[in-house]
Amino acid sequence: MALLQISEPGQAPDPHARRIAVGIDLGTTHSLVAAVRHGVSECLPDDAGRVILPSVVRYLEGGRRQIGFDALAQRALDPENTIASAKRFMGRGLADIAGRENLPYRFIDQPGMVALQTRDGAKSPVEVSAEILATLRYRAEDTFADDLYGAVITVPAYFDGAQRQATKDAAQLAGLNVLRLINEPTAAAIAYGLDNGSEGVYAVYDLGGGTFDISILRLSRGVFEVIATGGDSALGGDDYDRALAQVMLHGANLALTTPEDKAAIEVAARSAKEVLSAAETTTVQAVMFGQERNFNVTRADFEAATADLTARTLAAVRKALRDARLQKDEVQGVVMVGGSTRMPQVQRAVGDFFGREPLTNLNPDEVVALGAAIQANALAGNDSAGDLLLLDVIPLSLGIETMGGLVERIVHRNETIPTAKAQDFTTYRDGQTALALHVVQGERDLVADCRSLARFELRGIPPMAAGAARIRVTFTVDADGLLSVSAQEQGSGVEARIDVKPSYGLSDDEVARMLQESFSTAQQDMTARALVEARVDADRLVLATRSALTADGHLLSGADRAAIEAAIAHLEHTAREAAEAAQVEAASEALAQATEGFAAERMNHSIQKALAGRKVESL
Amino acid sequence: MKLSDSDFALFAVPEQFRQDRTQIDARWKELQREAHPDRFAAQGAAAQRVAMQWSVRVNEAYQRLKDPLKRAAYLCEMRGAPIEAENNTAMPAAFLMQQMQWREALEEAEGEGDLQSLDDALQVARRELLADIEVKLDQAGDAPGASGQVRALMFIERFAHDVASRFEQLGQ
Repeated sequence: MALLQISEPGQAPDPHARRIAVGIDLGTTHSLVAAVRHGVSECLPDDAGRVILPSVVRYLEGGRRQIGFDALAQRALDPENTIASAKRFMGRGLADIAGRENLPYRFIDQPGMVALQTRDGAKSPVEVSAEILATLRYRAEDTFADDLYGAVITVPAYFDGAQRQATKDAAQLAGLNVLRLINEPTAAAIAYGLDNGSEGVYAVYDLGGGTFDISILRLSRGVFEVIATGGDSALGGDDYDRALAQVMLHGANLALTTPEDKAAIEVAARSAKEVLSAAETTTVQAVMFGQERNFNVTRADFEAATADLTARTLAAVRKALRDARLQKDEVQGVVMVGGSTRMPQVQRAVGDFFGREPLTNLNPDEVVALGAAIQANALAGNDSAGDLLLLDVIPLSLGIETMGGLVERIVHRNETIPTAKAQDFTTYRDGQTALALHVVQGERDLVADCRSLARFELRGIPPMAAGAARIRVTFTVDADGLLSVSAQEQGSGVEARIDVKPSYGLSDDEVARMLQESFSTAQQDMTARALVEARVDADRLVLATRSALTADGHLLSGADRAAIEAAIAHLEHTAREAAEAAQVEAASEALAQATEGFAAERMNHSIQKALAGRKVESL
Repeated sequence: MKLSDSDFALFAVPEQFRQDRTQIDARWKELQREAHPDRFAAQGAAAQRVAMQWSVRVNEAYQRLKDPLKRAAYLCEMRGAPIEAENNTAMPAAFLMQQMQWREALEEAEGEGDLQSLDDALQVARRELLADIEVKLDQAGDAPGASGQVRALMFIERFAHDVASRFEQLGQ
């Protein structure tokens, strides 16, 4: 017998307190912001009606900057100070950046994450990304004439911990409350509503301007798991433009001589490519050798010249399927992402390969942001159906360095997150009070072959004889795949203090400094802003606590309830009267602590209920 | 329900070696639906912390229950016969002989065919050991005996890993 599920009254928040949450696709070439409005996910346009924001930031004199189309337009004139594709540098050292010798930037080779020298000083890729995120945040706030509750930001499925952390740091700098980082292919699948469709395996084929990504997802019971990823970080629509430019030059018996000619023919090729998505032939003009020339091109020529590019994407698809141990006929649907999937030959090749029509009815440039917005809306508690749950796995194993430069794995690749692993360490010298740990990410056995993620120093270990201390270090990976570490000496119970030096990220101090420098919020008073944010957080917490009390107040004793009520009253009073953010934050933390026991009790209760419900069902 | 309850109690499945993988998967998702921090994204720090603890605990139990080797080791420990692989490396002579033969076969293996037949032999040995572990744990009440077989299985898994790396080398 099927049992009907009835949602509990009082679960849905007050409709007037609808929280504004957005999804952001922070892309390599362009970025978008979307939100659910009137039940429909849609991308938010700028003043000029454009939804796309080129991911380009130009630094000007006097701390001013141009962002998006304005910056893109000046890129050729001011290449050193106009940063594009900052996403490729996030959480990366200089040596990691492929093809850096062809890029016009003045890279600063420093330990940790690379930085770029501009006329406005050294800029971290995190700061550049934060400019883009802040621009999208202001766009959303202007659209709704209200503050944002939070955002879901998408990252490639293969991003490691340092790259994810860098993305989250950028959001923090931009003043965004990150509800969750989600994988781009997962967001695309959500946009197509696959999460409430049939269970099975889906492929997400993402061909952008400069990169190709393929992801294989498994969906069962509304849970997405990324089971394999692959692709080519140097293959995209730009390569199709170049191939078409060659065809055009060859057809006209011309050879390139200057960079200007090269740029002109590639621009012409791009527009020809776009026309050929709908037409069989076209004629485009380009000024070459100082005179305007016409080029006739046919779709057939274009397709013949780019067949090997399309074949390369399919080779990567085959490899991802092999990694997932799947046959192509086991794939139930193929989602197309990225503007380059508009090309008919790409759609046809993918359709032929999988033996089914790919999904193309959503705008391939927007689909990732649209899915992120749906998830953001659910996380903010606006979606009363709210049945969407994203379970993720960690994309790369986490380990620590042991004797001889070997890696001891702590969290294995594809393990479900969040997760926590404890490991015991001891001292090797009498009276030793500190211990150093090196955390790496990757699948190889040698530290040198993995990516360094962070170095932790434990301090404040009570002095003891060598080998007597028993320090339990707990590595916690949260639902976003981000690592945190805590440590305790087991005998004395002393908490060891931890200093983290992220290998390719920003330390907390650096993030604090960047916030101080108040880029992007230059005109705003940071202290006033902090107070406003602390008040918003306080309101949010009071609201959540009240609705928890309404739903499950009966679980509390009179005294416990009174303590929580008192903490609420204190927080409300402080939020109204206090002049400093720190006071409000302290009162919020006091309420959080007062409700710790209640939260645990509620969780027990709901787990019990889940199990009880199941037992009845299975009778 | 407490964080310290056994994996089996948490997943409401019988405390035995034999398990239905689809049932474990389904239960995992049911529990995460209740406990995942995303469910509490709008509910303040205390609720988030509790959710994180529970979600971590559910994942820990899931990793152990779904993997036959880890599940067997967990049951042996619950029943007073911990594996202690680091301190307990004594294995029957016949098993060690078999190991040496396999190692030699791996060293002498030329090409995919040799590796494949070695891999097939490992699969058979693994299945036999798992069947024996199930009998010892679920019927004979012989946790110490099962513990010895789990150690043997750990040897095999390690060796299977070496065989897999050779396969990869060939593939390149």
